[in-house]
Order: sequence, then C-alpha cells, then structure tokens
Amino acid sequence: MNLQLAKQQWQPIAASTDLIPRHVFHAQLFGRELAVWRADDGHVNAWENRCLHRGVRLSIGINDGRELVCQYHGWRYANRTAGCTYIPAHPADAPARTICNNQYPVIEKDGLIWSCMADDQPEYSSTGFLSGEKLVLRSIPVNATVDVLLEQLTDHADNRDNINLQSTNPHATHVSLSINDQHDNHQIDFFLQPVDSHRTVIRAILSGVQSNTNESDKLHNLYRYNTTLTEIRELAENEMQRLETPEPWEVVIKPVSELLAHMPEASNRANGLLRVKVASTDNTATAIKSLELVSIEDQLPTFHAGAHIDVHLPNGLIRQYSLTNAPGQTDRYIIGVKRESHSSGGSSYIHDSLKIDDVIAISAPRNNFPLRRDAVKTILIAGGIGITPLLSMATAMHHSAQPFQLHYFVQGEDHQAFSEVLSRFETSLIVHTALDPAETQSRLNEILQDYQDAHHVYVCGPGPMLDATRSIAEKNHWPDNSVHFEYFKNTQTQDDTVPFTVSLARSGLTLQVPSGRTLLEVLRENNVDLPSSCEQGACGTCRVAVTAGEPLHQDVYLSHTEQQRGDCMMTCVSRAKTDSLTLDI
Amino acid sequence: MSSTCTNLCDDLVILNQWHAIAAIEDTSSAPSHTRLLGEQLTYCIVDETVRVCRSDADTLPLPVTCAYGYIWTCLGTPLPLFELPEYLESDRTNVCAASIGVRVSAPRAVENFLDMGHFPYVHTGILGEQPHTEVREYDVEVTEDTNEVIATRCRFYQPQAAAGAEGGMLVEYVYRVPHPYCSVLYKSCPDDESRMDVIALFVQPMDEINVRAHALVSVIDKNSAPIAIRMFQQTIFGQDKPILENQLPKKLPLDPRAETPIRADKSAIVYRRWLSKQGIRYGVIPAAA
Repeated sequence: MNLQLAKQQWQPIAASTDLIPRHVFHAQLFGRELAVWRADDGHVNAWENRCLHRGVRLSIGINDGRELVCQYHGWRYANRTAGCTYIPAHPADAPARTICNNQYPVIEKDGLIWSCMADDQPEYSSTGFLSGEKLVLRSIPVNATVDVLLEQLTDHADNRDNINLQSTNPHATHVSLSINDQHDNHQIDFFLQPVDSHRTVIRAILSGVQSNTNESDKLHNLYRYNTTLTEIRELAENEMQRLETPEPWEVVIKPVSELLAHMPEASNRANGLLRVKVASTDNTATAIKSLELVSIEDQLPTFHAGAHIDVHLPNGLIRQYSLTNAPGQTDRYIIGVKRESHSSGGSSYIHDSLKIDDVIAISAPRNNFPLRRDAVKTILIAGGIGITPLLSMATAMHHSAQPFQLHYFVQGEDHQAFSEVLSRFETSLIVHTALDPAETQSRLNEILQDYQDAHHVYVCGPGPMLDATRSIAEKNHWPDNSVHFEYFKNTQTQDDTVPFTVSLARSGLTLQVPSGRTLLEVLRENNVDLPSSCEQGACGTCRVAVTAGEPLHQDVYLSHTEQQRGDCMMTCVSRAKTDSLTLDI
Repeated sequence: MSSTCTNLCDDLVILNQWHAIAAIEDTSSAPSHTRLLGEQLTYCIVDETVRVCRSDADTLPLPVTCAYGYIWTCLGTPLPLFELPEYLESDRTNVCAASIGVRVSAPRAVENFLDMGHFPYVHTGILGEQPHTEVREYDVEVTEDTNEVIATRCRFYQPQAAAGAEGGMLVEYVYRVPHPYCSVLYKSCPDDESRMDVIALFVQPMDEINVRAHALVSVIDKNSAPIAIRMFQQTIFGQDKPILENQLPKKLPLDPRAETPIRADKSAIVYRRWLSKQGIRYGVIPAAA
C-alpha cells in the first residue's frame, strides 16, 4: 500500500449497519481513532475520538440523537457542527468560547461509511459494481498489514479457476474479484481499511446478486464468503508471525487554538454575517409567522437554548429574533415573528414581503438568556410571542427528559403558536387563555408560590408582564439569580442629557460622552469595536465590565442585583452617575 | 500499541521520591511481587522488618519506610516523605481502603482525584448527582514553604453527604498535592464540625502508563466499620477506572494547547504548571520548550 496515496483517498471506516440509533461506533483509520455516530436526523458524524476537555474517548459517550454527551463531565457537542453546546460545571454560562471538536469528512455510500484524511478530498466515486442487489459482507478485523492481506487475497484468486482478479487500485487498498461458477456471476470488491500499521479490517461488497435470490440463498452466500475470509485471516496472521511487526503509525492530534488554551473569562463575541435561505414559512397562529432558515454556504453555527439572532432584512432594518428549535438541531434555525400593530417595517416586511427561497443575512447566534440545566425545578413563563426562546429551552429539556413546566399566556386559542411542537410536552405545558391583567397576576402568584433552592424561572413576554413576574417573584422570596428574563424592548424613558467621561483601561483611551450621544456611539467613533444587537438595552450584547465609577443603568437586561453591584453596564443606553467611569475594554 | 511500558525511569525528581507499593497489612513473610517505575520488585515482612529489593538479582535492599499504613520505597536517593499528621490522631479510624490497578499515568490519576466536575457523571448518586453540576469558584495556590499545591474553598453538592444524612448538601473540601503522585483530600466531617475527614491517594507508578492507586481513609467516625469504608472506596475507584482508562493520551499533556481548561479546572491547571516547573518528565508529555 502506498500510505501517502491511500491517505488522499476515501477509505471505509464502518458499515452503515454499525451506526444503529443512539449508538457511538468506535472506528480507526491510519491509527487515528474516530467516534462515529448517526443523529436522529440521519446525519453521520465522524469526530476525533476525544473530548477536547480532558481527552476521554467520545466513543464511550452518549448519543442522545442530537448531541453527543461526554461521560466524564457531561460536555455536550452538537450534531453536524461538533460545537460544544453546554458545560455543566458552569451552568449559568453559555459556552463562552467557540469550542469545537475536530471532525472528519464522511460519506455514506454503497452500505459503507467512508472518510478521508486529506485536507482536500477528491470527489467520491462509486466502484463499478455489477448491477443487481449489493450485499455488504461482515467486516473481518485482521492483525496484519494491508500488503500481507492483499497478497493472501490475490493468491486465493490465483489458485481458483472460477475466480479472476479484475483490478486493484493504484494505492492498493481495493481489490475487485469476479466469481463465476455454475450458478452465479458475482463480483466482490474488497476494501482494506488501514486501521493501523499492522491492523486491517476487510470490508467487502458482493454485487451482481439477482434481485429474485431468496433469503436463504443470500444467507448461504454470506456464510460461504465469511468462511473463506476467516481462512484468509488465519493465513495472513500466520504470515505476520514471520515478519517484524511495524511500529504503530504516529497520530498527531491538532492542538486546540491559542484562545482555548487558557482559562476563559471573556464572553461569546460572534461577529460576521451568515447568508441563509427561507426554506419554509408557516402561519402558526394569528399574526404569527414562523420561518425555517437553512444555510446556503456553510454549516450553521452551534447555539444554546435561549439564543437569538439578528435578522438583516433587505429593506435595511435589523431585528432580533429568538431561535425556537433545540440546540443540536443545527441543520436549520426556526424563528417566530409576530406582526407588530405599529410595525416600522420589520415584522410587516417579514409577513408581507419575505418569500420562500429569499436569501437574507443573519448574525451568528448570541445568547444572553442561557438555560441552566442544573435546576431541580424549571418554570418557563411565556407571554404571547415570548414563547420563542422558551420553546427552545422546553424542547431541549424535554429531549433530555428533564422535568419542567411551561406556562403559556395567550389572548385566545387562535393566538397559540407552534401547537405541534407544544403538544409533545403533554402535561408539562399549561396554557392560560384570555386572562385580564389582574387574573394574570394572581395566576403568576400561584405559579411562583413555593420557591426552593435550585428552582429557576425563565420569563419572556411583554414588558408589563415581565415587570409583574419579577416583582411577584421577589415577593415570594425568589433570589435575583434564579429569575431569568428577556424583554422584547426597552420601554423605559431614557435620559441622555448628562455628559460624562470614560477611561478605557485596556486601550488606554479617555473619551468624552456629550449629551445626546450614547456611549456605544462614542466608542465606535473612536474605533473601539464592540458587538451590539438591539441597541436599546434589552438584549445584553453590548455589556462591558466597569472597574471604577458608578453607572446609571437605563437597560432592562441586568437584574436589580447586577445593577446594584455596578460592575457592568450596557453601553447602548446606560450612562454615568459619577463624573467618570473606567471600563475594562 | 503495547500495553506496558518497559522504559526505565531517568527522571531524577521521580526517582528520588518515596512511592507506596503495598499496604502493610496485606504483606506477609511470603515474598510478593510488584512493579515500580518499570522495575520488578520483591517485598516481604520478616521478623517485623520490611524488605524490598529488585527481583532480577541479588541486589542490595532498597530503602524502606512504613508510613500511613503503606510500605514505601525509593529507587534513587530518597527525599523526606510529606507530613500527614492527622494519621497519628488517636481517635481516628485509619483504613487502607483500596489498591487498584489502572491503565493510566500517575498524573492523570492525581488530576482525576482533584476534579469535582465529574462527580455527578461518574459517581452518580454518591459524590454528586444531576442536575447539581455546578463547580463553584474556589482558590488554588502553591505554598511557598512546603511547595505543595493547595485548593481551598472547594464546595460541591453531594446527594448523601454522610450515612444517615437526609437530602443533599454542599460539602466543603480542601485538596493538597504534597508529592507529584500523591494527593490528600480533607472533607468536612459530619460528626465534628471543627475537624476534617481525610482521604489520601498514593499512586504507585508501575510504569509511565500503568499505576496502582492506593487509598488511605482516616475518619472520625465511630459508626462505620472498616469493611464499609473499604467497600465505599472501592466503589468510587471502580467508577473512575473505566473513565481513566479511556483517556487519550495516557500520559498527562503539559502543553496548554493539548486540552481545553475551564474555570472549574483551576486546580488541574496549577498542578500541571507545578509539574512543569519541577521539570518532571515521567508520566507526562512535557510542553515544547
């Protein structure tokens, strides 16, 4: 075998039948171990068999259908992207960094799973099989080199009248034999999988099987070839006894990026726009439209329950929408959009003008409303379109069989969106229909009655409802850090009259923020690049740390405790109570 | 890949350490055999004297010390063994609770001992339980006088903190690493708030990637029989073993870019730097200079 050439080619790593539902298959190619698993959506993943955190094999992990969970510390990695979606040791943080496992290209063809270790893979092309049905033979692992096996296979063919060697490929891992006897005209293609320098798996596909062959004849064929291959294995392993065992192939595992090598402090700052296509739309409730967005270029990035994206509309407007599908469902993003009665062109454009197959730009997902999964009890409270981030959370918890209650307050039955997804939650879903504000308050009071340690509530909905929920929670002794909320918008009156000075500790700049200008604007003018999204103090994206001075908070993102602590602020709306502030940027 | 490693140790820091090889109570006058740093050893107790020597020849007896319930020996010039004063307190029950073979390097085994994040996943229902997975902020430092790694203010939710305790609670731990291959854990004692129970891990490096992990449990607990303590500790080690044996690579990588640390791994980060600083090469993959 020519190792260099063989590494440029697609090699088999498993049979399709090895990837049974919710299983992780341990494969190996050129000495490199792979964790190969099929998600519930059918996608096959071939990853470095090693959790990035502490190097534990992912092949002993748990395939939950969407995510692969490491056995050691419960880190979760998403189908398709191999991005880490959850780190249980720090349940309050969305994984702060882009932690992504190494993955290898995969193709499923002709009953086998193939991978290629080259940076630029050639197009996969099927071998010229005979027409008719194909049977994948049982794979035979052999303690022998590819070369020794190849020799045994060709010797076997040479010594039989009815077997003819048709071809071998240039890098010598594939042999095609034709078998002609009184009953059959078959072809067997052997693909010798170079597991390591001295270990090989024989994979074989029998073609030319008549489609009317009955099951017992098929089985007879499989037995016959299995017996022959077992003999060949013995011959090859005996041959190996006479030879010196080669050194195992050295495997270099790509180091993690410099950014990941140190303990994290920074939060997720994803920039850059993605182009997505509207794959489908659905009028899921009165005045609510759901959109299914699929990527037209690259894989969509990993996201975490509670995340939102910025949608850049063709009319120039930018709007924020929560992702409603669950982390691990990375083949699409689903958002829900309510037509605002006083739309300034965002929601009305989406409802009236956006069509299937239209292409729009979106930001990478950001998460300022992350779901902790270490709660003893989780209560989700949605008002109207506020269901969207909570739907993602509920789906994630439902999928991993974690208990939760989802309270959904709607004006009427026809306002209930995403009914099909919601119906899966069965008794975990409680719908409250057509309540007036007083009734809503008393219902909230019942829901939030009994606070205990490690209970968490997540609420998203209209401003007044959020305000009510927060004050009822406070009255019922819920600590601030157990009450998580996301406002659609900031309806507080903003005071931007008082000028102040900011010192930037890391960039060494001192800047004046005059009345009528925001801190964010002044920073941008001075080339201090800061991510932002809603720019009205609701989403939390432009948060910075404050190291001196007292901020004047005008946002609805931070909790009361966080505001009182005064160690961070939203640059888009908040200002200073003191003459100057020092920021950690 | 070969399952044992036959290279002899040329790492002076490790050669000059004392290493535990067996519990005193498990040793008799009949010679027993074990391996240390790739070398075959024979040991026995004759007339109340412990004898340890290399098996392959009539070589001189190796240095021996008996401490903390175990026989310790050294293949180089021994440095003093670290102090564990609690062992001598008269009201403690000291139990040599387990000696278990694990196919992993000694530093990987120590790092696992320092790690709280795996409790809910590996020691489910005993040392931790989902959904209580959070590792709270804690402090780690290297002491100036004794050059030990010390982690303090470590708190973790434990489903059953003590026999007879109802419901879970936060348990407080202190970890010490006084020896490259040994660690001592102090855990709040359910019977006496002012004192701590002690669990010590002495890792015997049979070679670079095979160890025997020895445990000493020293508790102020009049109710637990030694057999119960032993069963408990062996259950815990038995749960760790398959995880450790599936770690790749088996030697501990000291290059920061080999793995991805999080805040919960502070003690591991300090431990790795501490090993690097001492120039330890045995059982680790040193960081490129």
